[in-house]
Amino acid sequence: MKVLARYRELWLLAAILVVIVLVSTRSSTFASPQSLANVFNDTSILIMLALGQMVVILTRSIDLSMASNLALCGMVVALINAAFPEVPVPVLLLTAAALGTALGALNGILVWKLDIPPIVVTLGTLTIFRGMIFVLAGGSWVNAHQMTDAFKALPRTDMLGISLLSWFAIVVVILFYLLMTRTPLGRAFYATGINPTAATYAGVNVGRTRFLAFCVAGLIAGLSGYLWVARYAVAYVDVAGGFELSIIAACVIGGVSIAGGIGTVPGAVLGALFLGVVNNALPVINISPFWQMAISGTAILLAVVFNARSEAKRGRIILKKAEAA
Amino acid sequence: MSETSQGAAPRHIPDRLDSRLKSTLLSWETLLLLVAVAIFVINSFASPYFLNEWSLSDLTFNFTEKALIALAMALLIIAGEIDLSVAAIIALASTMMGLAVQYGIDTPGLVAIGIGVGLACGAFNGFLVTRLGLPSIVVTIGTMSLFRGLSFIILGDGVFKGYPKSFAFFGQGYVFWVISFELVLFLGFALIYFLVLHRTNFGRRLFAIGNNPIAAQFSGVRVARIKFILFCLTGIMSGIAAVLLTSRLGSTRPSIAQGWELEVITMVVLGGVNILGGAGSILGVVIAAFIMGLVTFGLGLLNVPGIVMSIFIGVLLIIVIALPIVYKMLRQRTA
Repeated sequence: MKVLARYRELWLLAAILVVIVLVSTRSSTFASPQSLANVFNDTSILIMLALGQMVVILTRSIDLSMASNLALCGMVVALINAAFPEVPVPVLLLTAAALGTALGALNGILVWKLDIPPIVVTLGTLTIFRGMIFVLAGGSWVNAHQMTDAFKALPRTDMLGISLLSWFAIVVVILFYLLMTRTPLGRAFYATGINPTAATYAGVNVGRTRFLAFCVAGLIAGLSGYLWVARYAVAYVDVAGGFELSIIAACVIGGVSIAGGIGTVPGAVLGALFLGVVNNALPVINISPFWQMAISGTAILLAVVFNARSEAKRGRIILKKAEAA
Repeated sequence: MSETSQGAAPRHIPDRLDSRLKSTLLSWETLLLLVAVAIFVINSFASPYFLNEWSLSDLTFNFTEKALIALAMALLIIAGEIDLSVAAIIALASTMMGLAVQYGIDTPGLVAIGIGVGLACGAFNGFLVTRLGLPSIVVTIGTMSLFRGLSFIILGDGVFKGYPKSFAFFGQGYVFWVISFELVLFLGFALIYFLVLHRTNFGRRLFAIGNNPIAAQFSGVRVARIKFILFCLTGIMSGIAAVLLTSRLGSTRPSIAQGWELEVITMVVLGGVNILGGAGSILGVVIAAFIMGLVTFGLGLLNVPGIVMSIFIGVLLIIVIALPIVYKMLRQRTA
């Protein structure tokens, strides 16, 4: 069990490989580099969002509003693009990122300064952001023909064999890896989650760290908002509806502890990839897509049982239970 | 952790024990009631159709099903756990009832199946949380996908119809005049839950568990067992809600009751239940249920779309939670 826990990411990687191998026995093309690149491309947005969510969960918080944030930012840039086609795409990308960060900061401020539990704050902002989309767009859709070609092309642009969307994910993964392992802020995220009191005495401003975690998650959500809308070439109220749970699922499968302080960048990435591979594999092996939801539910439950077993070895379960309850 | 108290003596340890329970519980329900009355008055001025016994009766259908679940959810949250799978339980219970209809099972059987599926789902959640010691928020996110996923597997993009005539009573029937069966059921359950939470040992134990599960355990409270019962109870209430909703709609799709879990939790939190556990009252939850019903129905009469109403609900949730905290902060600053 100890070994299992230590090499958790490797086991998850092995599970993903097993799925890929099993599926390729039924459909030989599934394991081809091109097909796997497609799977990665499909999962890119989930990977980025899972990393943003991981940072929040590490600080003993949770952000249920990420998918709504994504949809709102996506709608805003889609509306700007439809109304002012001359605005260059990089500006739109920055707009989405800035707006996402601002929405994340709103969550963060409420958690930091008013000390409202994160789940309540983001439950509220989840519905508020989603409603704002309706108000802004008047309930209508922004369809592909209303968007400029440059707007739609960016995530699909091919670079060195894979799409720019995939490159976005790769860069974000690298940046998060550096952030979490090489910077004081990364350490502060872990410290805040493992033991807020000790972190305070060690000079970490717990409230501010939580605030920054929400800003990071918001930034990622905003960025993903543009990428999502541009990739699927449509913006409407229900974009990414219910996706907040897939994001949390990816984190949980990746070994991020909901009690805070435990979780790694490779883990969250693999958690997202696992969901991505499974979702892409189902149609290939002729299983109705209606099975998808039940399968990811089962995966979450198995992962959380597994997490609990590996965390139990750390010998602080009583304390943790008391704090988590 | 709080930067404001540097100069003062270190007497104040921020913990949930000092929550609203002691100081503002009394005024919390009063505040809610005032909000409810204000919304009622605004509604009556805003729409000429509001003050009509049938309108007011329709209004109750807006929230009774959710509020039934909110009663059990309140106990669960007071005991420090949460169940995000309630809407998915409705979907699965409704699907199973629809499936049973295809085999010619009649109304009593359908009700038993609905409630039974709810109980089974709740027991499954309870088992995972209490026996395996898993965090309830993750477990129920998982079972939420699992339960609704099972409905999708059974139904796909199809629909179950053909419920028996007598089955329609639960969601559409009236006990007398404009008083619906749903409303009577809700008020009855509200009374029972009030008595259980505020007048029995069992209720006291929930507060004890929510405030400090370890201390409760050492005081002889069977924490795991009580939590298991609470999950079963939440499942049963979801099953009952499934019966009512299915009866009212007369059909089942796998997307039934989508997003209800958040509305139920909003209701509970709005009702003054501390989301971290250990504090709350049934009266608050009941008033909060009426407030949410009044807001959504009133805005509906004004042709405000549902999605815009959700903005109001979200803002209401945050403001109502933030107000006492801001008030406390201001008072501390002036003191």
